[in-house]
Amino acid sequence: MIQFENVSRSFMVGGQEVAALRDINLSIAAGDYVSIMGPSGSGKSTLLNLIGLLDRPSSGIYKLDGGNVTALNDEQQARVRSEKIGFVFQSFHLVPRLTAAMNIELPLILAGIPVPERRMRVAQLLQNYGLTDRADHRPDQLSGGQRQRVAIARATSMHPSVLLADEPTGNLDQTTGREVINLLEQLTEQNVTLILVTHDPAIGGRAKRQLHMVDGQIVSKTET
Amino acid sequence: MLFPDLIRLTTSSFLAYRMRSFLTGLGIAIGITAVILLTSIGEGLHQFVLAEFSQFGTNLISIQPGKTQTQGGNVGIFGSVKTISIEDAQALRRLPNVEYADPSVSGNAEVRFNGKTRRTMVIGGGHDLPRVMASLVQTGSFLPDEDPTQARALVVLGSKVRQELFAGQNPLGSYLRIGGQRYRVIGVMEAKGQMLGFDLDDTVYIPAARALELFNRPGLMEIHLSYKSGADLQSVLRSITTLLIDRHGREDFTLVPQEKALEVLGSVLDVITFAVGALGGISLLVGGVGILTIMTMAVTERTAEIGLLRALGARESQVLTLFLGEAMLLSALGGLAGLALGVGIAQGLHLFIPALPVHTPWLFAVLAELSAISIGLAAGVMPARRAARLDPVEALRTE
Ligand SMILES: Nc1ncnc2c1ncn2[C@@H]1O[C@H](COP(=O)(O)OP(=O)(O)OP(=O)(O)O)[C@@H](O)[C@H]1O
Ligand SMILES: [Mg+2]
Repeated sequence: MIQFENVSRSFMVGGQEVAALRDINLSIAAGDYVSIMGPSGSGKSTLLNLIGLLDRPSSGIYKLDGGNVTALNDEQQARVRSEKIGFVFQSFHLVPRLTAAMNIELPLILAGIPVPERRMRVAQLLQNYGLTDRADHRPDQLSGGQRQRVAIARATSMHPSVLLADEPTGNLDQTTGREVINLLEQLTEQNVTLILVTHDPAIGGRAKRQLHMVDGQIVSKTET
Repeated sequence: MLFPDLIRLTTSSFLAYRMRSFLTGLGIAIGITAVILLTSIGEGLHQFVLAEFSQFGTNLISIQPGKTQTQGGNVGIFGSVKTISIEDAQALRRLPNVEYADPSVSGNAEVRFNGKTRRTMVIGGGHDLPRVMASLVQTGSFLPDEDPTQARALVVLGSKVRQELFAGQNPLGSYLRIGGQRYRVIGVMEAKGQMLGFDLDDTVYIPAARALELFNRPGLMEIHLSYKSGADLQSVLRSITTLLIDRHGREDFTLVPQEKALEVLGSVLDVITFAVGALGGISLLVGGVGILTIMTMAVTERTAEIGLLRALGARESQVLTLFLGEAMLLSALGGLAGLALGVGIAQGLHLFIPALPVHTPWLFAVLAELSAISIGLAAGVMPARRAARLDPVEALRTE
């Protein structure tokens, strides 16, 4: 359950205040599938970063699962990120020197999950995403689609309740992009909240809830 | 994050930048090599010098004329009143726990035999002198244990003097002239070699009373006293002091236990070893700067990765640990390589120049490795903190 109450985010640029998000009120239930669309610079990524606790609002309150997470310190927020949130990025953000398996393992390593449990989860994820025979390959030996699958596997390795995807198909061709979207959508069936930023109306239109942003504000919410 | 994972992650970046890591580690390796090499030589010399001194045994006390404030000095040579005598030595010999007390006086004199003349060192001593010097009689016998005040004109030759004056001949029973007086040769010492610049083989030994006469001295230069091993040094010193004050009426002598002298010498040599090691430490600092540079570069290059780690739930402290870990791994591996290199070169040097003593104590190796790691840690702190404090959103945006 994600709740934004009068959340604003502004940046100081050359002594001037630039509002990236203005007074956002938003509530997303657990297991929701939400797409966010809007022109470049409208604040989509900023919103996603706030939800993912990578950034803090300039004002307003953000409640996650009922708790006010804006009040948490950096360390507590890192813990929430580790336990509840998964990220998928447009540019994959895989660590180039680590194998696919180890990239997937990274969140588990950071969380200090014991080795046997970790091995099991990684093996399972590799299998789920059809990467078993790519386990020992480094990112530069993988195709774009495979890379994004590794990234999704990594994002889900800690069983997050919220998955944030910022233009996950932006660097992929249409077919591969469709495959990736399918994988993400499958997760919503397991009660994962999926929040997807996209420029592609065909992709965004598939979500149950569609948010349209312009100039730091949510201008329309479509429910299907 | 579990420790093996920390190792796994840091090694992965170490391996990803092999050449760069190698060169950075090399900087530390050279520093450690220098430290180990220099201190090994310093410590080798230390042990060598101490061994030179302690070959005479460590339960020795030197009794010297004159009272000095600090140990080791000797002002007695200039004082005519402050003397110690052969009779003092004899009295000391009768003290409990004393093995021997041998009078000593030395100087240079001309030794003549059969028209050949040689200027050599002349040491006046008593029957126990070979024990003091830890040397052996080769042929004949040493000066007899007789009343030193009635000493006969007998002489024992060092091996070199014997060779120079008696090449091939048997010297026993022959008469030498030392400073104009006739001495009968009763023995020859085994070759002993150099000791702190003195050629102990280019020496002749005569009774102390004769030497006093020869050099026209009022008193001895020194009494070498050896006490029974196991006896308490302090009580031996006390009984010597009591006896000599009793005989002299005041404390006009100095007691220098070999043990103490060795201690002082040892600490002086320690300081030298340390200073030499510190000199090598300078190159270690240069290696530290190398690590600082590389880690700063690494943080810049891997900014996006740092952002990713934060997004995956890494705490600031974990990012800090990862980068510190890398810096320490670099320096630890460099340090190990340096240890191997330093010990290797030191042993190699010793092989080629056997006269150069080297010794690498375990403690030095451990300390050197620890200082390498601490330098890595110190050099890593700044870049690692920068990495930890990066704003994750900003970091993720750089590509
Ligand atoms: N760190 C920052 N400093 C200054 N301005 C920023 C910063 N981050 C975002 N902004 C501004 O906030 C606004 C929203 O940016 P945001 O990245 O959220 O847009 P977006 O909707 O994700 O755009 P795009 O579709 O191009 O990714 C933009 O005007 C941007 O310039
Ligand atoms: Mg964006």
